[in-house]
This record gives sequence, structure tokens and C-alpha cells, in this order.
Amino acid sequence: MKKWLPFWNILLKDMRAYYLKPPNISWGLIFPVAWTSMFFIKSGSGPESIPTLLPGVIALSVLFGTTSMLAVTITFEKKNRSFERLLLAPVSLELLMLAKTAGAILFGSVNALVPIIFAFFLTDISKISWIIVLPGILLIAIVSTFLGLFIAVSVSEVFEAQTFSNFFRFPMIFLCGLFFPVDSLPVFLRPLSYLLPLTYGADILHGAINKKNMMPFGLDFLVITCFCAILFYISLRNINKKWIT
Amino acid sequence: MKIIETISSADTCDPLIEVINLIEVINLTKKFDEVMAVDNISFNLQQGEFFGFLGPNGAGKTTTINMLTGLSRADSGMLRVAGHDCSKNPKAAQYMIGVVPDESNLYPELSGFDNLCFCASLYGISKNERQRRARELLKTFRLKEAADRKFSTYSKGMKRKLTIAAGIIHNPQILFLDEPTTGIDVASARQIRQLIADLHHNGTTIFLTTHYIEEAERLCERIAFIVKGQIVHIDTVKNLLQPLQQKKIMLISVSNSAHELCNKLAGAFPDFEFLPVSAEQLRIESEKPIRLSPFFRFIEDHNAEVTEARRLSPSLEDIFVRITGIGASILRKETEKKGGAA
Repeated sequence: MKKWLPFWNILLKDMRAYYLKPPNISWGLIFPVAWTSMFFIKSGSGPESIPTLLPGVIALSVLFGTTSMLAVTITFEKKNRSFERLLLAPVSLELLMLAKTAGAILFGSVNALVPIIFAFFLTDISKISWIIVLPGILLIAIVSTFLGLFIAVSVSEVFEAQTFSNFFRFPMIFLCGLFFPVDSLPVFLRPLSYLLPLTYGADILHGAINKKNMMPFGLDFLVITCFCAILFYISLRNINKKWIT
Repeated sequence: MKIIETISSADTCDPLIEVINLIEVINLTKKFDEVMAVDNISFNLQQGEFFGFLGPNGAGKTTTINMLTGLSRADSGMLRVAGHDCSKNPKAAQYMIGVVPDESNLYPELSGFDNLCFCASLYGISKNERQRRARELLKTFRLKEAADRKFSTYSKGMKRKLTIAAGIIHNPQILFLDEPTTGIDVASARQIRQLIADLHHNGTTIFLTTHYIEEAERLCERIAFIVKGQIVHIDTVKNLLQPLQQKKIMLISVSNSAHELCNKLAGAFPDFEFLPVSAEQLRIESEKPIRLSPFFRFIEDHNAEVTEARRLSPSLEDIFVRITGIGASILRKETEKKGGAA
């Protein structure tokens, strides 16, 4: 069997059924616009501060975009039993979950474009290293999606997924060096920052946009890749353990 | 891989026939916490057969289907579907099976046509082929007019029909049907039974679970009675009904307590069997012809009145009640609870 066929059709189905619905398109646009406007206007120091804020706003847009959608595409389908239809198909669980998460990864990556487009009109972005930013955004989208997947398979209700997501998302705004460096955090909180994948994603973006990265790019990419593998593995194990009882 | 075994069959003139077992289950057990859902059951299902699992709610029917289809894991025992060991590699067998669960599980946001095309794509069927097949099934299942409507707008009967169509979109060798007519109106249930019968006539091997005795009797060739996770009896419908063929059965409606009358009648007429059916109905069973006048006189002498007398044909219901000890009325109550019509 051509394995790409179910993969592609699951992705297309999710796009049509969830991601391209007007509420989600507006959410996908409004949310990054709100973040961007809030931080750009609140900073009050003019367009020159935009590059400093841009990494944080991009990372937040991706994080919220991806994790919110997984609660719908996974938890909702599990709840109404349509996920069973996928489990009954002769498709490996790995491929199935990659297909289910591919939509969220794309959705999150597109969300990241909103603050970049804003910045394009408001400031000079010619010095940004796109060759680092674009794979960085993709990796942040992947790790955030897998974090969303981990959350989605740990709960049984959509509202639980949203609540559990916030348990991770809101601390990440402050702990991952999005708007102020990890070094400026109280010493006892810093170890926690390094346990969160977004710290490394934000570091990539800070480095590529402002040349202010704490760690080498290679290390950041490596650590996020490890986070992706671990989160995906744990999620698959949880599905195997909890959903195929 | 196909499992071919040589067996002797009571139903054929040829003492030795080659039978292909599409499903083989040996000592299958499944426990949920302290509840034994499936308790050491064994059975097989031959190619082209229509096999039924008949039992009340919570008997272990759905759990068995879930284990056979890869949605659940067995605690112990062996289960093979189309030659593949499902406990080791459930995905290998999933090409060959179609599943219609007890609740429709298609996508509410997609149209009927899109739902079928999507289900076909999960089996690697090309775009043109899946569209052709979806159109064909929508026509067969009389859903052509609703093809472009969202699944969420379908009635219960239409949802059930589309779910069956989705289960056979890839032409499976074996179709698992879990309570396919539960919770839908009589007309839709009748239509679905006909569609299922047609599928079987076209060569699909069918595994049906139901708590409708009449449905099992009408459709299945072989039936297993399952109660509290255990198969209490398994045989062909023909063989199951055989002992009752000579039996004469009368249903008598009386004005007074039928239970009390049964005890008294049993003492007075030891050659007959008397079974209370309800507070005001009792059955008389015998191998000999039943002459009613002595019973009527006896009942009237005991200050009761016969309001109706009816001859009954022996049915699977009688066998089910005898073997399982579960009254058919219990199954009917479950049906009513689920909002269905037999």
C-alpha cells in the first residue's frame, strides 16, 4: 500500500474539517495579531524595539496555535469515537500520529508568519538570518505540536486538554526567555527554563534575529530534536497503553 | 497465509471437507480491573459464514470484537484473523476486515460522500477508485440524495447505513457488525438486515453481535450464546432448533397469577411442561398434541379465566432461554432502553 496516501488524506481531512474552518482561520490570524500588537505597542520604544520582541511573539504564536488545535483534532475525535476509525485502518500508529500532527505543524508555522509580516512593514528585517529562522520556526512548531499531542492523549475531555495546555503554556511565556533573558530569572527558576523546549526555540530565534543567543545553534537544534523524539515517543506509548487497552 | 483444516461436518454428505478458518479464537480472556469481560472463550469462523454472537449487554460481545479488530489487547489466549496473529500484529489483519461499531463513528463535518472517500483512502485506494466505490455504495444503500449533506444532518438510520457502507468500502473479506440495528426505527432496521443479508450472499464472511434473538435467527448460520463473558453454547441455527421441531407449544393468557397456576398445573398434568411467561401468561409444552379443554376446565376450577390461547412455533428464543436461563424479556428491555425497535 502507498503509505503516503492515508497520510496525505488524513492531513487533508483535518485541514478541511478543522484548520480551514472560519473560526480557526480567524483564531490563527487574530491571536498572533493580538500578541504582536500588544507587545509592539506596549513596549512604547518605537519600531527599533521590534526585532527584540519578534522572537518572543513568533514563538508564542506558534506555541498557542499548535497546542490549541491538537485538543480538537485528537481529544475531540477520541471523544466522539471517530479516532477509532483511524486505529482500525491498516496504518502504523507512528504514521497515523504524524499525519494527525502534520496539520497542526503547518498551522503553527503559518501563524508564525503573522508577526513577521507585521515586522516587515514596521522595521528593517533585512539582517535576519532566514536560513536559521525558518528551520527554527519549523522545529518550534513540531515540538509545540508534540507537546500538544502529549497533553491531548493524557486527558479525555476537550476542556481538560485546554486546561492542561495552559498549565504548560503560561509558565513558558515567562520561563523560556521569550521577552527577557533566562539569565535575568531568579536562580532557582533557571533550571526549570532549561527543562522547557521553547527555551531552545526562543534562543534560536534570538540568535537569528538579534544575534543574542545563549547557546550554539547546533545545541539548540539538537536539544529540540531530542524533545520532539521524547514527546512523540511518550505520546505513542500513552496511546498504546491507554487507548488500545 | 490461510489456515486450512480438514474437519468432519455433520451438515454435509461429504465426511471430509476442506474448510478455511478466517477467524480462530482459542482460550481468549480479557479482564477489566476485577471484571472478567471475556472468560476463556474459543470459537472459529469459516470463510463465507454468517456467525452471530448473541447475548445481553455486558456479555463480552463488543470486547471480543475489539480484540479481534485490534482496538483492544487480550490478556491471554490466541486469536488469528485471516491467518495473522492479532496479539502480535493486529495491523496485518486490518486490510482484510471491515468494522461497523455499535455507534456511528464517522466525521460529522464531512459529507456522506467525503466520509466514504476518506475511509477508502485509509486503505490506500486510489482517488478514482474510491470515488467510484463511494458512489456505488451510496446508491446501494439508498443514500444518493444525501451524498453531499453533512453526516451530522443524517437521521439515525441513515447514519447507521453510511457507517456500514464505510465498513465495506475496501471490500473486506470479513465484516464485523456490532449491534447494527440497535437504536434505529423498524423500517431502517429491516432495510439494514436486507443489506447485510445481501452482503453475505455476495460472499462476505460476517461476524454479527446482537441482542435481538429474531435478528440472529433470521440472519445467522451459526450462533454462539455468550453470557457473562463465557460462551455457553455454540451451534448452527438448524441444529439449535432441531430438538424443538417436534415440540408443541401453547401460550395461554389467564386472568389470575400465572406463576401460581403453573405450579398447580404441573402437579395435575405431569406429562406436560408449564412455564410462566409473565404475570398473566403461561406456556404449555409437550411432545404430544395438546388438547386444551382439560386445562381450561382445571384453570376455571381454580377460580381463574382463560382469556386467550395461541399456538406458538418453536423459536431460537426458546432455546436461548433454556440454555442461558436469561428471559428474552430481559433482552427486550435492554433494547427498549437503547431506544431501538426489533
